[in-house]
Amino acid sequence: MDEILTYAQAAPAETVSYATADGLLSSVWLLVAIPLLSAAVLLLLGRRADRWGHWLGVAAIGAAFVLGLSYFLGLRGLENKSVELSLWDFIAVGGLHVDFGLLFDPLAGVFVLLITGVGLLIHLYAVEYMAHDPGRRRFFAYFNLFVAAMLLLVLGNNYVMLYFGWEGVGLASYLLISFWYTKPAAATAGKKAFLMNRVGDAGLAIAIFIMFATLGTTQYDEVFNGVGALAGGTVLVLGLLLLLGAAGKSGQFPLQAWLPDAMEGPTPVSALIHAATMVTAGVYLIARSNIIFSVNTTLQLVVVSVGALTLVMGAIIGCAKDDIKRVLAWSTVSQIGYMFLGVGLGGAAYALAIVHLLAHGFFKANMFLGAGSVMHGMKDQVDIRRFGGLSKYMKITWLTFGAGWLAIIGMFPFSGYFSKEPIIAAAFEREGWTAWLFGGAAVLGAALTAFYMTRLFMLTFHGPKRWTTDIEHPHESPPLMTIPLILLGIGSLGAGWLLATSVPDWLTATAGLSAGEAHHDAVLPHWAIVALSLGVTVLGALLGWFLFRGGTAIEPQPAGVLVTAARKNLYTDTVNEAVFEKPGIFLTRALVYLDNRGIDGLVNGLAAGVGGGSSRLRRMQTGFVRSYATSILTGALLVVAAFLAVQAGWFA
Amino acid sequence: MNEFELPPIDYAALAPILIMMGAAVVGVLVEAFVPRRLRHPIQLPLALLAVLAALTMVVFNADKRLITIGVIAIDGPTLFLQGGILVLSAVALLLIGERAIERGGAFVAQAAITADSPDDRRQAQRAGGAGEVYPLVTFAIGGMLIFVSANDLLTMFIALEVFSLPLYLLCALARRRRILSQEAAMKYFLLGAYASAFFLFGLALLYGFTAGLGDRPAGVDFATIHAAVANSTQSPVLLFAGMALVAIGLLFKAAAAPFHVWTPDVYQGAPTPVTGFMAACTKVAAFGALLRVFHVAFEGARWDFTPVLGVVAVLTMLVGAVFAVTQTDIKRLLAYSSIANAGYLLVGVLAPGANGLSGTMFYLVAYGFAVLAAFAVVTLVRDADGEATHLSRWAGLGRRSPLYAAVFTFILLAFAGIPLTSGFTSKFAVFGPALEGGQVWLVIAGVLTSMVLAFPYLRVVVMMWLSEPGESTPTVTVPGGLTSAALVIGVIATLVLGVAPGPLLDLASGAAEFVR
Repeated sequence: MDEILTYAQAAPAETVSYATADGLLSSVWLLVAIPLLSAAVLLLLGRRADRWGHWLGVAAIGAAFVLGLSYFLGLRGLENKSVELSLWDFIAVGGLHVDFGLLFDPLAGVFVLLITGVGLLIHLYAVEYMAHDPGRRRFFAYFNLFVAAMLLLVLGNNYVMLYFGWEGVGLASYLLISFWYTKPAAATAGKKAFLMNRVGDAGLAIAIFIMFATLGTTQYDEVFNGVGALAGGTVLVLGLLLLLGAAGKSGQFPLQAWLPDAMEGPTPVSALIHAATMVTAGVYLIARSNIIFSVNTTLQLVVVSVGALTLVMGAIIGCAKDDIKRVLAWSTVSQIGYMFLGVGLGGAAYALAIVHLLAHGFFKANMFLGAGSVMHGMKDQVDIRRFGGLSKYMKITWLTFGAGWLAIIGMFPFSGYFSKEPIIAAAFEREGWTAWLFGGAAVLGAALTAFYMTRLFMLTFHGPKRWTTDIEHPHESPPLMTIPLILLGIGSLGAGWLLATSVPDWLTATAGLSAGEAHHDAVLPHWAIVALSLGVTVLGALLGWFLFRGGTAIEPQPAGVLVTAARKNLYTDTVNEAVFEKPGIFLTRALVYLDNRGIDGLVNGLAAGVGGGSSRLRRMQTGFVRSYATSILTGALLVVAAFLAVQAGWFA
Repeated sequence: MNEFELPPIDYAALAPILIMMGAAVVGVLVEAFVPRRLRHPIQLPLALLAVLAALTMVVFNADKRLITIGVIAIDGPTLFLQGGILVLSAVALLLIGERAIERGGAFVAQAAITADSPDDRRQAQRAGGAGEVYPLVTFAIGGMLIFVSANDLLTMFIALEVFSLPLYLLCALARRRRILSQEAAMKYFLLGAYASAFFLFGLALLYGFTAGLGDRPAGVDFATIHAAVANSTQSPVLLFAGMALVAIGLLFKAAAAPFHVWTPDVYQGAPTPVTGFMAACTKVAAFGALLRVFHVAFEGARWDFTPVLGVVAVLTMLVGAVFAVTQTDIKRLLAYSSIANAGYLLVGVLAPGANGLSGTMFYLVAYGFAVLAAFAVVTLVRDADGEATHLSRWAGLGRRSPLYAAVFTFILLAFAGIPLTSGFTSKFAVFGPALEGGQVWLVIAGVLTSMVLAFPYLRVVVMMWLSEPGESTPTVTVPGGLTSAALVIGVIATLVLGVAPGPLLDLASGAAEFVR
């Protein structure tokens, strides 16, 4: 154990330097500007844009996708594939210098393609999905705002720019979750997401300030080149704070509770923000900061542990949920756990995690949109116990969802196999018992994933009909919804192989991602790991098929300890409530009590006084000035006493 | 016996102060001799012209670094802060002079009439507001200009009174809810006098402390105090008790906890344009004085005062942030937000060196613009009884008047420190130097409380946009030209200082050196 916890310091293998953008790449700022402009137009024009606003939103994302693709191809011929574009000096005072600049490198490039590519399909889908919503234009404005912020997040060339995007996506996500504000659950969920994200954001903000204090800069290249010279403890704290930020945004333990609740928002939001893009920002942050994480093995161990714990936890809870979107949400939590596992393992596994992230973006967006299509046909119901037999009625949704299902459980030759299996294999490539621990967790997660996704698939599309009485003929969704589904379905099938063969090489051009470390031999031969993971997957899927081929009860059944615990999110909400909410409520109550007595008493007193005559009011006023004066006097005595105590050397 | 010799006077350096004071005197004469209906059209341009003239003189003086008549220091921080006060008061004057929103303006015509009497109801309907507000405001501005340039504690004390007395009166002049307004003024006056007494007592103790200097006479100018901190034979108890008491007097004006208790009541009761003026300009003046006192006079005792003022700063941030969460009145919410901002500003005051100084000055100006714009919106949201300040009344405002709701949302996001607004850059500008100076705990407290503080702001945003307008949702009055101008200036400044803060930051860091 001791050797794991020492601050092993390894200097970064190479200095990081970025080329200056010229030619086509000097217009890379358009990627952020176009969606932002479109959002501004949609918000400012108001109702006048109601008729065509959604198409403007789609066109903006389409333009960004085309641009992103051409920039991406433009990188091919360059020797240094990391291209920096400094727009202006954002803050330059004394020792502080922050550049308002963008960085387009292979890592940012693949994210841009994911965000704009999947984003475009989801935008198209939303045109139809939101067709009957009076707030559709506003929805597209927020949606474009989100895309702009997300692109800023991945394109910034320093941590402050990343923080801008980080806050922007948080804000847009908050607005979109509570979009259906008339549902109280949606408003509460928005609040929860906001608060939990603030915890993570505080971590990120303090990490950025620590960079300033110790390195004097937040530019990626300068931070990465300087981090090797920092003390081990500083790097550890810095990394842990970054991890806290990443965990908040990506719904990882211990900040996972908001993500499933966020499903109260419209389904395209769940697909774009809470499955494909924003929740992966944490993975991006760690992958981008890989040089910081690589110099400290303790830090890597923490990241791996968080990933492994979350992936198993998400999978267990996913088995016990009956709401189609919540099952998918917990599955997202679990899959991001795999990505954290990958980025925590370091070395070559960074690229594997990014591949899994991209593949996941496709198949999870596909399944969320599929769920939306099912809901569309089933009068917005979400309870899988009341579905069943839908494969006959919604052929396209059934087929595309099936492709997503095969992809996520990691069945050969679908995309999940190519992206998840290498991470499982990499988890076994550690020394000693940690290989068995993390490898075992990854395999257990694979088995559970196969089980709960099969359960979801069987209960929704097969088995007897268990519909509520008001549904007679579920209908397939219109083409504008099914075409994106088909495209994403094709992506779920083929993307994995394509990505796994091309992206790792491509990503090695990103700063630090090429730094290979000492290679450990896996504790099991590679063929055994492949066989094991495929074997447990088939077993899990078969178990799911066997248990749920005949449908399920439509009411909750009494259950054992484990299932009850899983239904209650493994009691994490209870813990949150006891640790954060109760003291918080108590503190607020206490303060409100004081406030009522002291300050707000005036307002209440005023209301009473207006009715009861001014003499009573006057009595109350003199009382309050006296109490204010007492408060000032007390404060004054304390301040004087403190100064005198300092002078007497009591604190020295 | 030597002939009494007058000290040399640099009139150009004093010109901004002289102009404001002169304009105030002229304003009093206008009130006395000009027919009632001409007073408003004369007073407002007069006050604005005086502010512009004073600002021109500040720019003209830009390179001066001197101490004139022994008590007024004209140096970088003085000029920057004087410029800031003048620009912000010009915007505040636009709000004060607005008469299109409410007939006769936001001020009562004759403050001496008993509130709620039949006479009062009659004047509330008809008469134009008191013209006295303009000389009062110009006197207050003049006092603030002296306050930030005062080079000894006595001058500082006199300046404090010169700008406080008009403010007490201005608070009492609200046209609507007069009892609340008068009550606020009374409280502010009593507590303000109380705090002044602390200041004066501290001044006396410090005078006693400087008596221990062997080679120079006792005095309360900052150079003498600075020398005495280094080597005085008097008991240090005098120094520390005096420093504490002087600090209390200044912290009261700055609305730092636990001397903040007056703030919510006064902000709520005062006429909203005056609240905006206080929130923007008084803050600049109070922190300007705090900067000078602690960076010049007490610099040698930095290690002694930093922990105590640090605790005050953390307490201020906490009180402001936590209490803001439970507020139900928009003006009280902004008052607690202003208290929390005083805490962040104190972090800047405690950051040593020129960077802390320039960051604090930048913060003051940036915050002033945002808070003026916020109060400008508050003046617009009204129903038949005047401003509708209860938060529940703002529900669904985004549907009724998207433009003003959007403007207010932007300002609130700036307060919350969302990037690309001045709120972010200014917090950055004070937290960065504080970290460089090793005050990590202050910055952590600042980041954490600003996370808490974001919640009440976002709650208002959500209430405006994501609630259905109720029966009682007030309408937004179309603002007159003056309020529109103030609003546009405030919003543009907040945006520009958020996106390209470079020029003002350069200006601030170029000005960040005191003369001694």
